[in-house]
Amino acid sequence: MATHLILKKIFKTGIVSEPAPAPGDGMRTRMQELQADILKVFGRALAIRHVDAGSCNGCELEIHALNGPQYNIEGLGIKFAASPRHVDVLLVTGPVSRNLETALKRTYDATPEPKWVVAMGDCGCNGGIFGESYASCGKISNVIPVDVEVPGCPPDPVTLLQGILAAVSGGR
Amino acid sequence: MKIADQNWNLGPLGRHIWRGRIGAAELSAFARSVKDEGGQLIALWGSDDRHLAPLSLEGRGAGGEGGGFSIHAAFITAAGLAWVSAELSVETPAYPDLAVIFPQACRMQRAAYDLLGIRAEGAVDDRKWLRHGAWSAESFPLRKDFSSEVVRELEACRSQLPPLTSIPGGDAYPFIRVEGDGPHEIPVGPIHAGVIEPGHFRFSIIGDRVLKLEQRLGYTHKGTEKRFEGMDLTTGAKLAGRVSGDSHSAYAWAYCMAVETATGCEVPERALWLRALFLEIERIANHLGDLGYLGNDVALSFGFMQFWRLKEDLLRLTQRLFGHRYLFDRIVPGGVAADLTDGSELLALADRLEPEVQELKAIYDEHATLQDRMANTGIVAPSLAARLGLTGMAGRASAQAWDARVQFPQPPYDRLEVNMSTHRRGDVLARAEVRFAEVYESLRLIRELVRGMPAGDLCAEVRLPETVAEGIGWVEGWRGEIVVAVRIGADGRLDRVHPHDPSWQNWPLLEVGILGNIVPDFPLINKSFNLSYSGQDL
Repeated sequence: MATHLILKKIFKTGIVSEPAPAPGDGMRTRMQELQADILKVFGRALAIRHVDAGSCNGCELEIHALNGPQYNIEGLGIKFAASPRHVDVLLVTGPVSRNLETALKRTYDATPEPKWVVAMGDCGCNGGIFGESYASCGKISNVIPVDVEVPGCPPDPVTLLQGILAAVSGGR
Repeated sequence: MKIADQNWNLGPLGRHIWRGRIGAAELSAFARSVKDEGGQLIALWGSDDRHLAPLSLEGRGAGGEGGGFSIHAAFITAAGLAWVSAELSVETPAYPDLAVIFPQACRMQRAAYDLLGIRAEGAVDDRKWLRHGAWSAESFPLRKDFSSEVVRELEACRSQLPPLTSIPGGDAYPFIRVEGDGPHEIPVGPIHAGVIEPGHFRFSIIGDRVLKLEQRLGYTHKGTEKRFEGMDLTTGAKLAGRVSGDSHSAYAWAYCMAVETATGCEVPERALWLRALFLEIERIANHLGDLGYLGNDVALSFGFMQFWRLKEDLLRLTQRLFGHRYLFDRIVPGGVAADLTDGSELLALADRLEPEVQELKAIYDEHATLQDRMANTGIVAPSLAARLGLTGMAGRASAQAWDARVQFPQPPYDRLEVNMSTHRRGDVLARAEVRFAEVYESLRLIRELVRGMPAGDLCAEVRLPETVAEGIGWVEGWRGEIVVAVRIGADGRLDRVHPHDPSWQNWPLLEVGILGNIVPDFPLINKSFNLSYSGQDL
């Protein structure tokens, strides 16, 4: 019976996915050393590892939303992977807590080249309301190199998607 | 105030909220009398009061601390929330262990030692909790004379990865090991496989069965409580809302309630109704998201997509009406910073969400695999829940019938007659059922709030107190009760703020709920609680 109900609901709901936004080139923090042929191979088939380096979990809400049907990030060829060894992009949130600093560096080191780091949220971009303290290293770039910074508290899914696309679309 | 036939010298601090000071030696007796009448401990924290002269504390609500350290505890009793404090000497700051009476005190006591150096005497477990390797065992961040010199310069952060042995203070942590033939350990985290906050789980298993789970948290400790010190009251509301982002409105309201009590601010009625509207929107958004993930975790991605479609619709309307998808910074000291001009869209969405959620519930009810995975999985029996202090939504799924909106309603809940939903099974399915019921109830509340919203101002002026003043706020968030205690200094800035998340009590119950289950069910059980890391790591 459940299958019948599920199919009925799927057909009634229809397709709610929306077109992807253009890359937000303004969020780049540095010129990317990207070669055209790497991009050709990658296309937009991209794997991301999310690392919460100490966030309030607000940013995570919007990352989850990206997986929802309206944004349908997997439909764009982008997926979240379980291991940093399998990914092209690290999506890092939060001020980096000193208790997670070592784990973040190890994650960065475990990610194969070429790799990009997207710092998400005001805390990731500049330390945010938590700043630097005995327990917080502040912004992500205080600990690992960052390619794209996506501001907002939290950045909405469209802005986040623009940032991710900016990371992998090079300077073109 | 009488608790279990004993008279304690507690006076009212707010509606259903009581305040008193007792001697440190009386703490155990007080806790026992709360326990005897069926109450619970909900929060425990410390403060450094050495900078406060005892004489400066004649002001409103202040309890008379000064000169030493204090231990504070908040209990839920038949009469409401009881906040008691006891003074501790500077030389040997210690108080009697409360974990023998309320086991949920254990981690809170360990955190109070890590941050303030006040010790629970006679505690069985005195391992560190929030301190990893970021500061030394001899320094205590929440002491007013905490020197930041002991903190490594940021330059050191930028250097290459230090070998593990060179981490200052050492990060070693003695896990409790299961010994004998056969069991082995699976270490998981701090960085997990999904989009989730960091923490470490140490499983001891035989085959696929879990013999023991031990958590180690504190990875997102970012010095939130220290950060409050010296902040102005308005910025404090923003930080309070970011203690755990998914409970933003609950924290911001609890913080503001505390500040308004301390300053004697009378909040306009319309602002209170809007706060309740925000809180119920937050509850629905979180429950919808988790119901989707519960489907996802039993391989029913249909459920995920459907519930997240509905959640996104709600978030977008929230953005359009109030200017923020998660209502960040919409609750401010004295009132609110956003108004509802036209409630028709909200009513229309509520009318659309309800039948859709019912439709999805019918599918969840019919789905054999889902039922098989969720029923009898991750059970916390009511007796255990009572003994260990399981609280909030998860508590209600294990027959712990507490909901501050029901028993101790703050305005406007005193006018709304909230219906509580409970279950006795205490498994993943029961927690899902409670969420469904709470979604329906919150949709009803949203309609009532929109239709009955009184006219009037949005915000009242908060007048800074001239002396040290204190207050406490208590709000039933979607996860459970959020408590924020605030002390404002004579300079009008925050002197000490302690935000308490219900995850403190509920994390240890996850260790219990997983016992005897198989490892692949852990993500499902974990999601059914969906506890906050940031809220307990602070």
